[in-house]
Amino acid sequence: MNKCTERLYNGIIKENPTFVLMLGMCPTLATTTTAINGLGMGLTTTAVLIFSNIIISSLRKIIPDRVRIPAYIVIVASLVTIVQLLLKAFIPSLDKSLGIFIPLIVVNCIILGRAEAYAAKNGPLESAFDGIGMGLGFTVGLTAIAVFREILGAGAVFGFEFIPEDFRISIFGLAPGAFFVLAGLTALQNKFKMPCATNKSAPESVLACGGNCMTCTGSACMANHATLETRRLQAQEDALAAKKAALAEQQKELSAKLDKKEN
Amino acid sequence: MKELILVIVSAALVNNIILSQFQGLCPFLGVSKKTDTATGMGVAVIFVITLASLVTSLIYKFVLVPMDLTYLQTIAFILVIAALVQFVEMFLKKSMPSLYQALGVFLPLITTNCAVLGAALTNVQKGYGILLSIFNGIGTAVGFTIAIVLLASIRESIEDNDIPNNFKGSPIVLITSGLMAIAFMGFAGLI
Repeated sequence: MNKCTERLYNGIIKENPTFVLMLGMCPTLATTTTAINGLGMGLTTTAVLIFSNIIISSLRKIIPDRVRIPAYIVIVASLVTIVQLLLKAFIPSLDKSLGIFIPLIVVNCIILGRAEAYAAKNGPLESAFDGIGMGLGFTVGLTAIAVFREILGAGAVFGFEFIPEDFRISIFGLAPGAFFVLAGLTALQNKFKMPCATNKSAPESVLACGGNCMTCTGSACMANHATLETRRLQAQEDALAAKKAALAEQQKELSAKLDKKEN
Repeated sequence: MKELILVIVSAALVNNIILSQFQGLCPFLGVSKKTDTATGMGVAVIFVITLASLVTSLIYKFVLVPMDLTYLQTIAFILVIAALVQFVEMFLKKSMPSLYQALGVFLPLITTNCAVLGAALTNVQKGYGILLSIFNGIGTAVGFTIAIVLLASIRESIEDNDIPNNFKGSPIVLITSGLMAIAFMGFAGLI
């Protein structure tokens, strides 16, 4: 498979951030009251994610390793500000209904996670496709949950009402409904043993934090940075040592052969 | 005085940051296995959010507004909060080792928690002054602590219960939080 299409497949299906990795829970629960909100939040995050991936991956050789997390945060925060101003100017209704969750994209673990796990190691083109894939995966997840909640809670899809008022369960449109829908989803995933972070069967993630939002405290990438860094250096050293050992082994063999010849 | 109490009650109970605003869910679900860790996390959050509310409202009032840079609030706030948490950690380590022992583990975890940034942005959005911002911060953080400690106690007491197999683990935690959210909706009539 082509590397770019592989990235798209990876983001939308294999490592879907909502259904499989369970990342970015706060916007997932908060902005899925109606399908249009879920879709809007997903697309906004996608836009930020694509550009942050492109910028971070083009600057990956310039940003010093020690200050990379603050540098990423500044880049992401600037992009979020741009997107927020654009939304205010062109789609004010969406800006109003998403409210505080647009500036909070800055601390969405999907974005820093992708920067750390993919964009910091790969070229701009692949990183852009990684951003598109992950973003679309997030959008699909949010929209699916939102459609489900809107049908149950408001008897409508994208605002088109088709269930009479007496048959609606309005709690699903409110805060508790979000928890119940997600509980049902994770229970189904447990039942059918689907890959998911909450039952520890998600595919091994390359995210620095392990990709499990249930154990993430919002900044695992940042808090564990020192540990992760030492581990990475340790691994590098081990690899070097192994290489050296292999070389020494080869030389030994060579000299042994030479000795044999001389004898 | 009445206004201050109203702000605290509204932030802690009526608009509870977790159960009705959905901010800071990750620590809520992740660090709520035991009551004492949940309490530690809660106290650390109270500490950081109060301090962050004070500092960000000072910066907003005396730097961003006079220089007409209010559109930079997201960048300014997240950087200030990150620097502040680092600074507090260093300060506590040096001068109050016992408090650092108690809170130290949790401090770096809160840096990019959306509850902290969320509280700072809410203060600006609602147009609170410096004093009201601090009280709103305290209220928000107390609400967080109440919710996380309650969830941790419930989780401890249902640990040995007979839960359907598929609901073991995170589904039952989410259902518990949903029921708690319904209970907290009852506070809506308080103000």
